[in-house]
Amino acid sequence: MRGDPQNLELIAAASLPEVLAHISAAPGSWTPIAGGTELMVAHAAGRLSAQKLISLWGLPELDFIRVGDETISIGGGVTFGRIRSHADIASDFPLLSRAAGWIGSIANQNRATLAGNIVNGSPAADAPPALLIYDAEIELASQRGSRRLPYSDFHLGYKQSVLEPDELVLALHLRRRFAKHAQYLRKVGTRKAMAITKVALAGTAIVMNDTIHEIHLAAASVADRPVRLIATEEALLGKQLTRETWRAARAELLNEVRPIDDIRSTAEYRKHVAANLLDEFLTQLAHEGVQA
Amino acid sequence: MTPCRGHVSFTINGQQTVVDAPPMKRLLDVLREDLGLTGTKEGCGEGECGSCSVRLNGQLVNSCLVPILQASNARIETVEGLAIDAELHPLQKAFLECGGAQCGICTPGMLMAATHLLAHTPNPTMDEIREGLAGNLCRCTGFIKIFESVIAAAVIKGRETHAR
Amino acid sequence: MTPDPAHIPKTRIVGTPQIRKEGVDKVLGRAKYVDDLERGGMWYGATVRSAVPRGRIREIQFGPGIDWCEFVVVTAADVPGTNHIQMISTDQPCLAADIVNHCDEAILLLAHPDKRRLPAAVAAVRIEYDLLPAVLSIEESETRQEVIWGSHSEEGNLFKQFHLEKGNVDEVWATAAHIVEEEYRTGAQEHLYIENNGMIAEYSEAEGVTVWGSLQCPFYVHKSLMAVFALPAEKVRVLQTETGGAFGGKEDYPSVLASHAALLARKAGRPIKMVYDRMEDLAATTKRHPSRTRHRTAVDKDGKLLAMEIEIATDGGAYSTLSSTVLSRATLHASGPYVCPNIRITSRAWATNTVPYGAFRGFGAPQSIFAIERHMEQIARAVGIDSTEVRRRNFLHTGDSTATEQVIGEPLILDALLDRALKESDYAALREQFARENPKNAVKRGLGIASFYHGCGFTGSGERYLNSLAGIDVTPEGKVRVLVSSTEFGQGTNTILTQIAAEALSLSYDDVEMAPCDTSLIPNSGPTVASRTSMVVGHLIERSGHQLIASLQEQAGLGVSYTRSEFFSACEHYRQQHGKVESLCRYEAPPNVYWDDQKYRGEAYPTFGWAVYIAEVAVDTTTYSAEVTNFYAVQEVGRVLNPTLAAGQIEGGVAQGVGYALYEKVLLRNGHMFNNQMTNYIMPTAADVPPIHVFFEQIPFAYGGFGAKGIGELPHDGPAPAILNAIQDATGENFTFIPLLPEDIFVRMASFSPQEEPAAV
Repeated sequence: MRGDPQNLELIAAASLPEVLAHISAAPGSWTPIAGGTELMVAHAAGRLSAQKLISLWGLPELDFIRVGDETISIGGGVTFGRIRSHADIASDFPLLSRAAGWIGSIANQNRATLAGNIVNGSPAADAPPALLIYDAEIELASQRGSRRLPYSDFHLGYKQSVLEPDELVLALHLRRRFAKHAQYLRKVGTRKAMAITKVALAGTAIVMNDTIHEIHLAAASVADRPVRLIATEEALLGKQLTRETWRAARAELLNEVRPIDDIRSTAEYRKHVAANLLDEFLTQLAHEGVQA
Repeated sequence: MTPCRGHVSFTINGQQTVVDAPPMKRLLDVLREDLGLTGTKEGCGEGECGSCSVRLNGQLVNSCLVPILQASNARIETVEGLAIDAELHPLQKAFLECGGAQCGICTPGMLMAATHLLAHTPNPTMDEIREGLAGNLCRCTGFIKIFESVIAAAVIKGRETHAR
Repeated sequence: MTPDPAHIPKTRIVGTPQIRKEGVDKVLGRAKYVDDLERGGMWYGATVRSAVPRGRIREIQFGPGIDWCEFVVVTAADVPGTNHIQMISTDQPCLAADIVNHCDEAILLLAHPDKRRLPAAVAAVRIEYDLLPAVLSIEESETRQEVIWGSHSEEGNLFKQFHLEKGNVDEVWATAAHIVEEEYRTGAQEHLYIENNGMIAEYSEAEGVTVWGSLQCPFYVHKSLMAVFALPAEKVRVLQTETGGAFGGKEDYPSVLASHAALLARKAGRPIKMVYDRMEDLAATTKRHPSRTRHRTAVDKDGKLLAMEIEIATDGGAYSTLSSTVLSRATLHASGPYVCPNIRITSRAWATNTVPYGAFRGFGAPQSIFAIERHMEQIARAVGIDSTEVRRRNFLHTGDSTATEQVIGEPLILDALLDRALKESDYAALREQFARENPKNAVKRGLGIASFYHGCGFTGSGERYLNSLAGIDVTPEGKVRVLVSSTEFGQGTNTILTQIAAEALSLSYDDVEMAPCDTSLIPNSGPTVASRTSMVVGHLIERSGHQLIASLQEQAGLGVSYTRSEFFSACEHYRQQHGKVESLCRYEAPPNVYWDDQKYRGEAYPTFGWAVYIAEVAVDTTTYSAEVTNFYAVQEVGRVLNPTLAAGQIEGGVAQGVGYALYEKVLLRNGHMFNNQMTNYIMPTAADVPPIHVFFEQIPFAYGGFGAKGIGELPHDGPAPAILNAIQDATGENFTFIPLLPEDIFVRMASFSPQEEPAAV
């Protein structure tokens, strides 16, 4: 244990407005801490640069799952343990449900929160690919009010986002229109559990008469942030499921992804495995012949 | 605004407790140092090995990742609370009979994870056992006799439930 | 032919699944490991380590922002005795004085009453170095362009070498039907015991040094402390605390940590606790020796071995520590369980500027067995026979001689072990099924075999040299105690030795306990290593039991048969005559065990464990990952003393072998392990281990405890080659190195573009 808790300040409040007021009073001074699965690791390694932390754990305004007819809204403070066991999320957004079960261990899922996973900004994060392909909307809150934007506009670069110093992630809103889509999610890690992603691909699609009517693809660990594979999608949209389409899409993906060599894996491996995962998805589509 | 510095109260294995600790002190260190409950172990400090596993409000968590302030008013259960008086918990009996403990350092965390698993899934399949224990590393056993211990405990517990 | 089960004598306690002796405390969470303990007035210690792989220390500055008066500081100058750790040689400093030879080498020590203040203080010590060129690989060391150890001569950089000759290798090449050559490499491996290294030390002029800690070999630590503190034996006391895993990683390193803690205790005048965190333990302590093995083999047209030329090189790190004995074992296991009339083995252990490598379960055998068992596959393919045939045609049998010309005198049932493994794994049917299905599947499946042995106990004259003493005593309270320095660290020492004593004395298992592991109380029964405890120490306990009964019968009126209370009455009678009731026995070498250390010839080991392992794997060509889907471990290890513990040893060793093959990679930069966190050093989880099926054949060994041989290391020898043989079976690819990661499989297989077409279109 290399961190000294005696040198750190951690405060908590009973409600979100109180927390936002505190953050607004000194923007950038207070580091929010939810489940601690990132910050406490840094603390133990002696790498926690924050000196003042404000707890978000248990804030009722962040800890909700609202199921409406058109939308499911998930509060930023909801843990992945809760997400993976929620029946409506499992039926409407199975890839998010599955991703939730892949984060760390059960013990980590009981503490890691949706907002934490997003705000930490790792390109390897498990929830973002699912959120991207479901066209999620992210809602940010501050004392000034709240604003919504497409989640795909949230990340700006490596560990950079549009989040203002006085803002928190309030919720993710997902429109309930994917239950009949073909769905694909595969994570490649260093082992079957407790693994940081080496590469992951998420996809949804609607195929009618062998033609791709809708396709969303998102990937982890192929860029400096979680990304939608827009160019690859364009190479597939409106196309027939043929050998030619497949080759073009594969080539587009190999060009679009920009993974790196790092402690866990190599750029070449990530590129080619991402392309193989796309193959696997397209094969699944050809077999399923999903009609919307 | 309630700064909540200093005193944190919670129940530990059914007993109401108050500690005076810096709010960012790890729950793991509060258990071991402030309360003298050394059953919960530190293997890695990064939430990877699970030897610090405890149950917090019924949820399995890695206590090395919980700042004590966030355990305020929580119900905490550790390995020391498993046996009731002199009676071993069915999992503890099973670990003894089946050889689920070798060096024993992962055992407290493993027991808490197994307790959590059986509370939610009284008759787990092998896949459910593997997943339920995937966050607890054991370097001695290769996990095989731990799986056997959990299966045996599920049977013992099933019999006990029936008996009632 | 399996041995007649009637050959196994009937016993009441030995051979039964008695509950682990210290198990209740472990499941209650009451067992006390070193970090659970405190001494009054205790402070905490930390280590300042080298940031460079090789250099001269120019200056040490204690930086600003720290109130240094609050700290106790220890350097090499504070060592009262010799500034060297006692191992086989004494080249490793306790604390670096002017030269550092590896990253993370200990330079100075700090102590403070508040352990949370130590990390900032360690970071504030600024050390300037004059860099020296560092040698970071076996190949660099071999060139001797930079000599970092030893003198500038033929011995420069060379910790140890062996040369073994049998027959006449050179005359065979010209006429051999096939000559097969290959090079194999194994990487470093970290023990990853879940309990990090830790020690508590106290020092006083009156008592000397006392240490409590996580360790395997109390008398190794004792010997080293005597030298560091220039104290006589009775002024050094070492006690083992409950130890949370070791696997060889706490064989020599505890001597370093104990010295450090005791030096601080001496200077601070108060007890000191030093417990590493995971990052420090991973980076700074010992790991398995990396190896390179080159094989050149001549076989006839039927695949019979005619000649083997084997060259082994290990990386020993910066100081020799245990490299010579690891090399010895690697050498003696290099030619496999096969008959070969002509063998040449040259082996060398090289110095590099890396953290010294040390003991790890198998101790050189996993490295050389990986090579020979992979090589047998290439031989089979060259000749055109299958993996079972190449082994059957070459297996040793009773009466054959090994590479050291040791004639195998005991029953040897490798064929039977292979038959059993093939049957249990459904080998033939599954291989046929996989051959049919693989072409159409993205997941390729295969099976692989490894056949091997592990020599039990210390090599050659090692056990004579150890001259172990062990035994039992009886307390006035009516408890029998086992008196040994053999330690428990999960493998079951406490349980099997008390089972043996109870059996030998015809008492119950609960009548016997272990004497505290305290060097002031126990005889030196040798280190707990080398798969020797159940065999050598177990036999000493068995003999001590019989010896005590004989004494009680002769001198205290105990009858030929007796009840439990008659036994304890006789003990009290004996106590009145002699003052205490104690029976100790000293090691006696089995007959006809002769070893020539110069020629490297003779009986290398009194006996061997024998095994055939089969791995079933699946290689996913989408992700290039290999996983083990089933594992079959068949072995003959003499008498199985406790079936639960024995199976547990095999399962645990196999799991570590799976990690060694497919998951565990030590990443080094300048000889510093930079993936020194559990999130980045990958061991298999509960979700990754295959089902492991364990089978024992038992041929009791007359000179082992109730017929037991050694068992602890054998299971780590076989998995890696069996797994890579299975991967070759599944994919056709010959991978010659471990760890074999998906990124490595990708580099080879992607060039064949297996995924040119998706399955559907």
